[in-house]
Amino acid sequence: MLDEQAALREITAALEESGKLTGPVTMETSILHDLNLDSVGAIDFVMLLETRLDTVIPMDRMAEIETIGDLVRVLTSQASAAN
Amino acid sequence: MLEKFRALRAEHAAVSAAGRDPFGVAFDTVLSATEAVLEGRRVLLLGTNNYLGLTFDPDCIEDAAEAVRSLGTGTTGSRIANGTYGGHAALEARLARFLGRRSAMVFTTGYQANLGALAALAGRGDHLLLDADSHASIYDGARLSAAQVTRFRHNDPDDLRRRLRHLSSQPGEKLIVAEGIYSMLGDTAPLREIVEVKREAGAWLLVDEAHSLGVLGESGRGLAEAEGVEAEVDFVVGTFSKSLGAIGGFLASDLDGFDALRLSARAYMFTASLPPSTVASVTRAIEVMEARPELREALRRNGQRLHAGLSAAGFMLGAMPSPIVSLPMPDRERAVLFWNRLLEAGVYANLALGPATPGGKPLLRMSVSALLTPAQIDAAVLAVARTGEALGLIGTALEAAE
Ligand SMILES: Cc1ncc(COP(=O)(O)O)c(C=O)c1O
Repeated sequence: MLDEQAALREITAALEESGKLTGPVTMETSILHDLNLDSVGAIDFVMLLETRLDTVIPMDRMAEIETIGDLVRVLTSQASAAN
Repeated sequence: MLEKFRALRAEHAAVSAAGRDPFGVAFDTVLSATEAVLEGRRVLLLGTNNYLGLTFDPDCIEDAAEAVRSLGTGTTGSRIANGTYGGHAALEARLARFLGRRSAMVFTTGYQANLGALAALAGRGDHLLLDADSHASIYDGARLSAAQVTRFRHNDPDDLRRRLRHLSSQPGEKLIVAEGIYSMLGDTAPLREIVEVKREAGAWLLVDEAHSLGVLGESGRGLAEAEGVEAEVDFVVGTFSKSLGAIGGFLASDLDGFDALRLSARAYMFTASLPPSTVASVTRAIEVMEARPELREALRRNGQRLHAGLSAAGFMLGAMPSPIVSLPMPDRERAVLFWNRLLEAGVYANLALGPATPGGKPLLRMSVSALLTPAQIDAAVLAVARTGEALGLIGTALEAAE
């Protein structure tokens, strides 16, 4: 099961992989504003993460994701649901 | 209340500032399936989805006129409330026969067919698996359903397989949704591989043949026919607004108990049914589509001619030849400029902007009709090539946009 720190590391690595890493990423980083991802870019990024972590994030959970912290919470709860 | 649209308004104003409003072109009149008049000048229509050119078919027009005279202009209500006209049931039977399906039901638009079908088929506890590049009507239908929605990477059966594996321990039915031809780039779904994944996972499959009906397959039944997998497609959705030249949508299937959907698909139950004239023209259009396979052949040739012409002119194209040919644009500004210049040159195409496009990238989208002549296509290619050259977009610039 994924813990918060591991999830944050994975997110940072995925951002780096997709060339979207602009600076340090914290739980408060806003995905749309700080990372300069538009809605399409954000979805692509989440799909990349899903593949990396071999997990699935249902679309209704995407609605609650605004910050990296939200994403971490979804990832940590999803991973446990899938295992 | 409308304050939240401030950014959208600003964006739209910026797009329109370069010339015309790409989303609000008002033709003086439409002359045929391939030509219209805009501000007193003839323009070639290269973005209509009028694949078989049936909007002006004399028999379709005659039947529609006869129906409007004998049955009136509208049904003024839904089938549930106001009853079914003879033509509705006959159209459903005719469509089912054409598709080789046991049952078909007709909706007022293709958009509503997806809303009605997805929301009714996938209930609480079920799972919908959507291709990431699905049409808005599929996304909206999924939002209306109580099912859990998961999207898979566009045309990626392995990603679909992986996601289904994750969901395998969860109860509920799994319904995969794919499109025959994707409207933005004209690419087709890898349906045989998707069918394989579907079988492994014990899932169901719905294919939206909106852009492939009358276009693909020996008889024009769509991608599933072309790929030889119709028996594995549980539900077919489609529209009458493209190759059949009118308006309306449908859902067809071989499953027992299909008619329960007439009492559960809200987009069928709570909206007025198709008017008699449309029912009549669509019924005739199915006849024409069956009787004149040469239209499909002409369409295929026209798509190839446009594709080959633009490739030869140095454009990098988004997909294999199909009736839809899209040019990826490097940025929004040049996409808007390209679209305006092309219209100045007498060719009407579609400007497609994110988020409706794959990856949110701007596209100049064209679609051909079977009724375009080779000379019209060549003229269009010339206009597009000149515009591309003038904007410095031939070859390298577009390659960079890939
Ligand atoms: C894949 C797909 N499904 C459904 C529709 C909606 O069809 P209609 O115009 O009949 O509402 C479209 C049309 O744009 C489409 O491209």
